[in-house]
Amino acid sequence: MENYLSIFTEYNIPGAFWVNIQLTFWAAIGALVLGTILALLRISPVASFQAIGSGYVNLVRNTPLTIIILFAVLALYGQLGFTLGGDFQANFFRLSVLGLAVYHAAFVCEAIRSGVNTVPLGQAEAARAIGLGFMPAARLIILPQAFRGAIVPLGNTLIALIKNSTVAAVGSVATESSSVMKSMIEFRADIVIPIFLTFAIGFVIIVIPVGLLTTWLSKKLAVAR
Amino acid sequence: MSASILFDTPGPRARRRILIINIIGALIALGVVAWIFFGLAGKGQMKPEQWDDFVQASTWKNYLWPGLVNTLKAAILGIVGSVIFGLVFGVGRLSQNKLINGLCTVVVEFFRAVPVLLMIVFFNVFFARSLELPGDTALWAVVAALIFYNGSVVAELVRSGVHNLPKGQREAGIAIGLTRGMSLRHIEIPQALVAMLPALIGQFVVILKDSALGYIISFNELLFFARTYSSPNGNVLQALIVTAVIFILINFTLSKIAELVSKRLSSRVKKSKNAPAELVGAPAGALAAGGADNADEGPNDPRA
Repeated sequence: MENYLSIFTEYNIPGAFWVNIQLTFWAAIGALVLGTILALLRISPVASFQAIGSGYVNLVRNTPLTIIILFAVLALYGQLGFTLGGDFQANFFRLSVLGLAVYHAAFVCEAIRSGVNTVPLGQAEAARAIGLGFMPAARLIILPQAFRGAIVPLGNTLIALIKNSTVAAVGSVATESSSVMKSMIEFRADIVIPIFLTFAIGFVIIVIPVGLLTTWLSKKLAVAR
Repeated sequence: MSASILFDTPGPRARRRILIINIIGALIALGVVAWIFFGLAGKGQMKPEQWDDFVQASTWKNYLWPGLVNTLKAAILGIVGSVIFGLVFGVGRLSQNKLINGLCTVVVEFFRAVPVLLMIVFFNVFFARSLELPGDTALWAVVAALIFYNGSVVAELVRSGVHNLPKGQREAGIAIGLTRGMSLRHIEIPQALVAMLPALIGQFVVILKDSALGYIISFNELLFFARTYSSPNGNVLQALIVTAVIFILINFTLSKIAELVSKRLSSRVKKSKNAPAELVGAPAGALAAGGADNADEGPNDPRA
């Protein structure tokens, strides 16, 4: 037992989770902005915009996240010399956030689109009847209801993002939890299972409240119809 | 998306405006593609010798093909295992026995919340130290992680598939004298399996994508081979693009199959009465197909 407890003093486990939370936070903002723009493109009446939106989603959604983050770090930075400022570590962190945001934006787009699908036709017709154009109707009528209808898929995307933030290990973010766990179990062969369970339960503790909050929010914010 | 209902049928002026915006949009898209292309060319990334490697038979024979075989091996083992795991635990969660039910719930919820990468890293070390497995330990680590995560998702698909069946199915089963378990086995689960097929195929895409995580434990899959091959040649960027294209082609095909299956099913199954008739945006079929899109979670999340 003492043997096990020593890992908490030897390694900064809460710090490792904090890195994952930071990765998630910044990537979530990026993905939400980019995903909303993509969703607008996909529901717009302009064929070329729709093609751009669906092209992005189909390409990104079918690419492994590992390749996207590896691309950001090895190709963008390593081969092309593209940096996002900061020191060495901050640069890798930001490139990983970029990769996570680009990947999850596709899922945010689809989540919002599924939210748009929950808006009854009458809402769009009423918006048009009072003379709103596409953008005002989308901004004032459709999107607010679509977001409220999309809370569950958006929450699922957020949960996926929290878990996928571990893939930043590929992006050389060595302080996040999967990298920390990797070095821990390689050095402490005697307690491999307890170390894994510690990290796994850490994720359970983060993920389950997000799921509960999503359910609660989706019920609370459900549009009464 | 043929006829979106967000906007009226455009008149002559709106049509002209849409045409102009359409051309602008196409130009922007072409501009971005050209910007990327010439940006890469400007950095000396479009030289033929950097791309040559990937059309040569020897590269494919020695690197990409063995890598792809390993990727597919992991994915197929993962798919078969996940379906078995999912059936066992999905049925377990439907069990009347509180103990079995509770146990299955804990297992499924636990493995759905743990990142796959964490499991891959753990199993890799754990298998290497504690178990004597035939062949490549890294392969088994990837397969085990894929099975535990995706199997849990499939278990949820099975459970929600059974829950979404009309209540009359079970009632009819019990009325003709079947036990609860027999009605589950002979009546409900076969129907649920058919209904969950599109989402299940969507999950195969997730399995294939996640197999690339094996890269991190140096499992000899496609991405790993592409990386190790290209590093000394200085064309990692090109190798990653080629790898991504291979993954996209396979996954895109799988997604299309899922969509087709979903369409065939929705034309076969009668529309349920309480489904809203008209919705903004895509037709109802797209909504069903969109189910498999929800990130790495099944469409019918239990938290929903």
